[in-house]
Amino acid sequence: MSILGRNVLPLTVHASVLAPDWPWGFWSHMIIFVVIVMAFVILMAMGFIWFERRVISRYQIRIGPNRIGPFGLLQPVADVIKILIKEDIVPLNVDKIIHLLAPAVAIIPAIMVFAVIPFSNGASLVDLNIGILYIVAISSISIVGQVMAGWGSNNKYALISAMRVIAQVVSYEIPLALSIIGVVLFAGTLSMNGIVQQQSIPFILLQPLGFIIYFLASLAEVNRTPFDLLEAEGEIVAGYNIEYSGFKFALFYLTEYTEAIAISTIITTLYLAGWKGPFLPPVLWFLIKVFAVFTLIIWVRATLPRLRIDQVMGFAWKFLLPLAFINLLITGVQVVAWPDLSQWVIVAVNIVLSAVLIVAFSRMFRTKGDKVEA
Amino acid sequence: MKLKSYGEGIAKGMLVTMKNAIRDPITTQYPEKRLNISRRSRGNQLVWNKTACISCSMCARACPVNCITMVTSRDENKKLQMDKMDVDTGVCISCGLCVEACPQKCLFMSRDYEKAVYSRKKLKLTKEDILMTDSSKPSGYYSPENETKLPKQTLLIDGKKWDK
Repeated sequence: MSILGRNVLPLTVHASVLAPDWPWGFWSHMIIFVVIVMAFVILMAMGFIWFERRVISRYQIRIGPNRIGPFGLLQPVADVIKILIKEDIVPLNVDKIIHLLAPAVAIIPAIMVFAVIPFSNGASLVDLNIGILYIVAISSISIVGQVMAGWGSNNKYALISAMRVIAQVVSYEIPLALSIIGVVLFAGTLSMNGIVQQQSIPFILLQPLGFIIYFLASLAEVNRTPFDLLEAEGEIVAGYNIEYSGFKFALFYLTEYTEAIAISTIITTLYLAGWKGPFLPPVLWFLIKVFAVFTLIIWVRATLPRLRIDQVMGFAWKFLLPLAFINLLITGVQVVAWPDLSQWVIVAVNIVLSAVLIVAFSRMFRTKGDKVEA
Repeated sequence: MKLKSYGEGIAKGMLVTMKNAIRDPITTQYPEKRLNISRRSRGNQLVWNKTACISCSMCARACPVNCITMVTSRDENKKLQMDKMDVDTGVCISCGLCVEACPQKCLFMSRDYEKAVYSRKKLKLTKEDILMTDSSKPSGYYSPENETKLPKQTLLIDGKKWDK
């Protein structure tokens, strides 16, 4: 097939249809998709680094890197070359094995998430029937790598950062998972491709509250501003990766962006109808939506300052968690009690409900006068 | 019920960044584009008006670091003439005392700022180097009347908006 006049790999063909016709069946499919997924992750990570630097500079009235290559497109390539030829420094008193393993433990689960992301109808490495559960399970392992880095570095800043990561991620995992269940209830399936196929109208309209909860919780999950406590430069210098340099640091950096891509793709799949869309090929729709979500993330980063640790924790437990429970309850009632109701009625009800709930809970969230305490 | 408690601040902030995103960037890509210098700029480049100079050496004496070397002689009409006037810009502290000391107001500060050179020898300017030309106009320092002749103060390149 061709997109914009260029020949591309046949991503649109349903994988389960495709696989048996190929020589070696499953294995050829797997090898090709592993290559595609790896290429996607690496290229998108470099693309996202460039994109983020350019876009955030626009929010800050700057131009951004524009010298290397057209529009500065080769800037991440130059960065990679620079970072890979750096000396790999291992401090004297580190826990050597943990220090060495940490980047790998961090990056591998982050990439594994992409195994179940459908780039097009059925075009994923493997269309697991428990796709979203797999993602929730796998994406948490990345944190172990960061904690290993913090522990193994024998550095107080790294350790503080690792502790913050644990506290933050464990807290935000709960509203994150609960908000996903809302989507699953509506879709009636855990399979990522199935969820996309079920979205005759995007779930962002059916689940506005769930989308907001998922978006904020996933920002905290991947430690992006305003929840980037783990690398608060003013307090703990650089975070868990302070003792890393060269290739290992590059892996951590890649992990960070891979996770950002992962949440962009997951939000696209769960809430924005994934590869669905008129006129354009599904892959292109998918990429457009991913970039749109990432632009929103950058916009948040460009605007909001970093929160304090108690504010972050309070936000998870006092605001997101109750809202996630209520969202789950509402969704459950809607799915069980009125399964035949027109979806547009549910859209209207849910948008009104989420507005009311957010206002009510921000009322409860504050304590003294206008000061938000927690 | 005040809106302030319901994320009004966040909404305002998001709007500010969005507005910034659609306006022109204020970055000037320096070697290709330059901002106009303010007309009130003092400048630290020395320029010398040859015709008004009476070769009195007051500037050389006023210089606290002795970076001006001046050699004068009498010509056949017993008039002072300048044989040599070197300014060692490697020593010069840009204090402007020579400009203030000049009785004829023939020494000025000018506003060129790209004065880096590749060798120390080139730091030593001769009288040909500091001659006043069209490109090195005197700044308003110690002679405010010069300031009015300069273009209006605007940093913007075409006077309207920032460079893209």
